[in-house]
Amino acid sequence: MRDAGFDMPAAPSASRQSLAPEPLLEARGLVFEAGGQRLLDGVDVSIRKGSRTLVMGPNGAGKSLLLRLLHGLIHPLEGDISWQGGPLGKQARQAQAMVFQRPVLLRRSVLANLKFALSVRGLRGSERARKIDAALASAGLDHLAKRPARVLSGGEQQRLAVVRALACDPDLLFLDEPTANLDPASTAAIENLVLEANARGVTIVLITHDSGQAHRLGEDVIFLQDGVVAETGSARQVLNNPQSEPARAWHDGRLYLGPDTRSLAEKSGRTV
Amino acid sequence: MDGFWSVLGGAFALVFALDPDLLEIIGLSMRVTLTAVFFACLVGFPLGAAVGVFRFPGRTILSVTLNALMGLPPVVVGLVVYLMLSASGPLGPLRLLYTPSAMIIAQMIIVTPIVAALTRQVVEDLNREYAEQFASLGVGALDRVLSLLWDARYTLLTVALAGFGRAVAEVGAVLIVGGNINHVTRVMTTTIALETSKGNLQLALALGVVLLAIAFSVTACVMALKASAVRAAYA
Repeated sequence: MRDAGFDMPAAPSASRQSLAPEPLLEARGLVFEAGGQRLLDGVDVSIRKGSRTLVMGPNGAGKSLLLRLLHGLIHPLEGDISWQGGPLGKQARQAQAMVFQRPVLLRRSVLANLKFALSVRGLRGSERARKIDAALASAGLDHLAKRPARVLSGGEQQRLAVVRALACDPDLLFLDEPTANLDPASTAAIENLVLEANARGVTIVLITHDSGQAHRLGEDVIFLQDGVVAETGSARQVLNNPQSEPARAWHDGRLYLGPDTRSLAEKSGRTV
Repeated sequence: MDGFWSVLGGAFALVFALDPDLLEIIGLSMRVTLTAVFFACLVGFPLGAAVGVFRFPGRTILSVTLNALMGLPPVVVGLVVYLMLSASGPLGPLRLLYTPSAMIIAQMIIVTPIVAALTRQVVEDLNREYAEQFASLGVGALDRVLSLLWDARYTLLTVALAGFGRAVAEVGAVLIVGGNINHVTRVMTTTIALETSKGNLQLALALGVVLLAIAFSVTACVMALKASAVRAAYA
């Protein structure tokens, strides 16, 4: 792992090492630049098969960018991403799905949105119908099947986006802040869908800023700060006893401004 | 002023009397215009969508060209089509000059860049919204274009409407390639020009009223359809 230059860079814990014999997805030395700025710098990531990995960090840390790179939506300037030891090719992409922070729904009915996703995966006829019924039932959207997807509430739209992704039977599901701006009931519904999918063996990689959600869903945590991995480890360790200053600042609710600055007050020379 | 009202009254009398000559001209105008717009959409929708979605060498040049051709002078199109279809032209053996087919070809050439350029913009905007989701789902190139066209269908109706507006009001090109032959290639716009020059203002104005009424009706229908789609969140 790249030395991020933080005061206490954390190495993967021994317990985590023992839990990670079989990485489903691995990235080594990922570098990404845009607009002359290095947004990710030497990021190493290892996602265990069947795990629930949280990607955390402050705004602008590069979390969404990392997910897009891992999903193959964009390509790194440097570094390699491997899927079950092989290259991240078309087959690997087909085994992944992603739910975006703002659900992207087609200008069609709920039913047609599901039908489209499954058709793209080559499903037709009774098998597709069965999967659609199951998806609608699991999301509690049966009664809204014929509604235009875009008139659904935010929570319903996100549930549809999640079950649409899951209906494609992915091995790995990326979720980019799927519950941002949702009420507690909708958040719980999404979390249930995620946990059920994980119980069926779907590997989960999820971005969240929500501490409660991190505790409820997290097994592993990757903590990013300014485009570098500040800390990785088990959720219990990183969330309760962070070793790096950026993760500690997040834990304490402080704004991290750099390795030599511990608070906003110090940065501006003020005392609080 | 009295003269104007008397001409206008006469024009409405002609319209309400369902004058056979008038109906024939209106019918041919609609046939030529709708056929031209149909074929322009058939070419312009996929062409615009492809330019809007895919990145390929020369894309910017093609995009600029389509935008520039939106202002194609109809008389120039008429002249080029005339030269192509005239007896000594490469398409002369088809004997299409001075037929409604020639008028359809000319109108289609005028309308296609409008449809394609506007479609490119509409589809490009929609693709910006859908691109990551499509990439995540693994949507293929053809499915992507078809899906974007389908989801933009109500906006594309407005694009087709823009093409219809341009075609139905066109006079220069259809006059050159159609020749304004009575009972053969005489359409509303060419008749208005002819009858005005002859001083037969009643018929000219009657056709003008019909032309406006058609334009209003088509626009109203498309806007109502679009509004209902917006209400249903399909647009």
